[in-house]
Amino acid sequence: MRLRINLLIGAPIVAVLGAMALTALVWTPFNPTATRIRNRLQPPNGTHWLGTDEFGRDVMSRIMDGALVSFRVALATMLFAIIVGSIVGVLTGYLRGWTDRLVMMANDALLAFPGILLALAIMVILGPGQSSIVIALGLAYTPSVVRIVRGQVLSLREKEYIEASRMIGNSEAYTMLRHILPNCIAPIAVLGTSMFGWAVLSESALSFLGLGVPPPAATWGNMLASARSYMETAVWLSIAPGLCIALTLLGVNLLGDALRDALDPRMAMR
Amino acid sequence: MSVDAAQSPLIDVRNLRIEAGAGVPIIHDLSFTVDRGEFLAIVGESGSGKTMAARALLRLLPPGLRQTAGAIWLEGRNVTGLGEDAVRVLRGAGMGMVFQEPMVSLNPAMTVGAQMAEGLALHLKLAPGEIAQRSIAMLRRVGIADAERCLGAYPHEFSGGMRQRIMLASVMLLKPRLLIADEPTTALDTLTQAEVLDLMVELARDNGTAVILITHNLGLVARYAQRALVLEKGRLVESGRTAELLGAPREAYTKALIAALPRRAETPPAERTGAPVISVRNLSVVHAGALSLFRRRTPKRAVDDVSLDVHPREVVAVVGGSGSGKTTLGRALLRLIPAASGEVLLDGEDVLKAPRSRQRAFTLAAQLVFQDPYSSLDPRMTVGAIVREPLRHVAGLGATERDRMADAVLGDVGLSGFGGRLPHQLSGGQRQRVAIARALVRRPRFIVADEPVSALDMTIQAQILALFKSLQAEYGFACMFISHDLAAIEQIADRVVVMRDGRIIEEGPRDDVFDNPREAYTRALLAAAPRVDWQAVTP
Repeated sequence: MRLRINLLIGAPIVAVLGAMALTALVWTPFNPTATRIRNRLQPPNGTHWLGTDEFGRDVMSRIMDGALVSFRVALATMLFAIIVGSIVGVLTGYLRGWTDRLVMMANDALLAFPGILLALAIMVILGPGQSSIVIALGLAYTPSVVRIVRGQVLSLREKEYIEASRMIGNSEAYTMLRHILPNCIAPIAVLGTSMFGWAVLSESALSFLGLGVPPPAATWGNMLASARSYMETAVWLSIAPGLCIALTLLGVNLLGDALRDALDPRMAMR
Repeated sequence: MSVDAAQSPLIDVRNLRIEAGAGVPIIHDLSFTVDRGEFLAIVGESGSGKTMAARALLRLLPPGLRQTAGAIWLEGRNVTGLGEDAVRVLRGAGMGMVFQEPMVSLNPAMTVGAQMAEGLALHLKLAPGEIAQRSIAMLRRVGIADAERCLGAYPHEFSGGMRQRIMLASVMLLKPRLLIADEPTTALDTLTQAEVLDLMVELARDNGTAVILITHNLGLVARYAQRALVLEKGRLVESGRTAELLGAPREAYTKALIAALPRRAETPPAERTGAPVISVRNLSVVHAGALSLFRRRTPKRAVDDVSLDVHPREVVAVVGGSGSGKTTLGRALLRLIPAASGEVLLDGEDVLKAPRSRQRAFTLAAQLVFQDPYSSLDPRMTVGAIVREPLRHVAGLGATERDRMADAVLGDVGLSGFGGRLPHQLSGGQRQRVAIARALVRRPRFIVADEPVSALDMTIQAQILALFKSLQAEYGFACMFISHDLAAIEQIADRVVVMRDGRIIEEGPRDDVFDNPREAYTRALLAAAPRVDWQAVTP
């Protein structure tokens, strides 16, 4: 029952935002970077549905283009963290020993930093740009993936079917790929979806601080940043990107819960 | 208390009906009584509703289940309609319950003393000093030597048998008039099981407590209960005095349950022929002590200088209590655990020191059947894929050939057509059949079966044991059968090896060990085994 509600609310939100981002690939109502000073700071109207900003750029177009940038960065970040985190988590959790201890010590040290602080530090080193954001946020998120995957692996490796796999004569690598990794999919998928939401938020935060995607390219974060000065005179500039970030987080998290329930093989019975 | 109350039975259940969700009945129209001080057994297999029937007495039905009809009378008083507060008074002082799993039924975050005090403080309103005093006295009574220290200890510091004693102590502390014991010893080994149940009977007799023992083990019923109810799918099949019920069952289901009891095979054990398949010579396994902060704990010799032979087509049973090293021995000779010293010879070649190139051949020759069919199958693989997987390592097999072999083995274990199912869609017995099929698909010459039936219901156990026997005749493998269940061993073994503290203390053909045990430990094991004494029950 809960599964259906989560899915019914989460999926449409993500679908609409995703469709918006994909549309921006081929079409936006106006050129999102074309400035027309005469049209600056127009409130929402028939031509500019979400109004225009301080340079007369169409906010609707910029929201769409920003969605594309945000989602691309978030998706890459998520994949980066999950792939690296899963590999490290499965290897350390399954093989244990001294490497496990050392890696986990380093991992816990990284976990102790707030993710955004770590990402900020890495951004300062790498300089602005989309690929820098992916690396910075990806590295900041990897430790939590390692933690969760390793925990799952630790409980899985005590299962008798893992021993059965060794008994059959399967190599350690095959056992990890065929028996350990597939049984980690559920937590990885749930973590991945919520991480996608957090990556959107963190990318916005970095851009808001001026460390993210440099202007004139639009992202929800730098739109919020420039809208701050006009909060009193042109509030629509803040509302649109803010709402988009909030909706993305909500939708993605609901979808993640639905995904977790759907991925559990035992849930299929109910 | 009125005159009426004194004459009425302690518990009188009339037309009890329990439903799950929208009208799916779990218990149909069940009526029974329990007299004061009586020992009643409720017998049934998984899903028979025996646990729910007992829980309804305590109003401890899990969420989703409701009592929809019938009445429960306690000492002449209808307690069905009572509010939650009144029921709480009945629990504890009136009725107590001991649960199946001692590992989870005590709160790991509370000391034993605190958990025992909870009930006393709630029901008897005693001073703290008095509570401690009574707790200590009761812990001594259940055989815990250092009772004062035990009060301040946490549950994880005790073994399963000790925890079940503590559980029993904390329930009996309130001197309930009825004790409900739900499979209280299923998780314990034979010796501990007998100790805990004997203790329960003694305590109940001392306090005049009636006991309802919920079990699937007819051996326990025969030994302890005066009267028994047999439940099947939520219906009462038969009830009566234990000796009559077991000796002259009237209903087909009861007869089937009794027929499922393991009995000694009528054929004499197979004679040993030829050279042994597997020879174990002076094998020792040492568990390194856990590395604590400052020192390494002393290592433990889990298997100590063990030698034994398994001949072709022979079933050698290894018996012993928990911690006797029997499982470790099985794992070590399959090279799943490293051995400290000794040899394991397969056809005269030492498996443990063999070069890598030869090890593939050993892996193909020996297989393992696991104890817990719920954990030994990968939940994400279909039955077909699970059974096909071992064939990856057999050289020169095409995909169709693998499918054919897997299907043939699945047919042999009685699961043809199950290839597309997932493990969670199967029952425990079916899962164990899959595990056996996986072990047999490469036609190994030697199988280690580690407690393969101890997690299963009685009738399913009988089916799996019979299947095992017929598969052995067909496939001709030699087998090492590890178990603490002497009844199962009596049915299947040709030779019996008794282990204690990592050593073999007695070994011989089945009939010799069962009829003329030499060692005191073997005699104790035999005495503790819940077997039905057929001379005693047959009228």
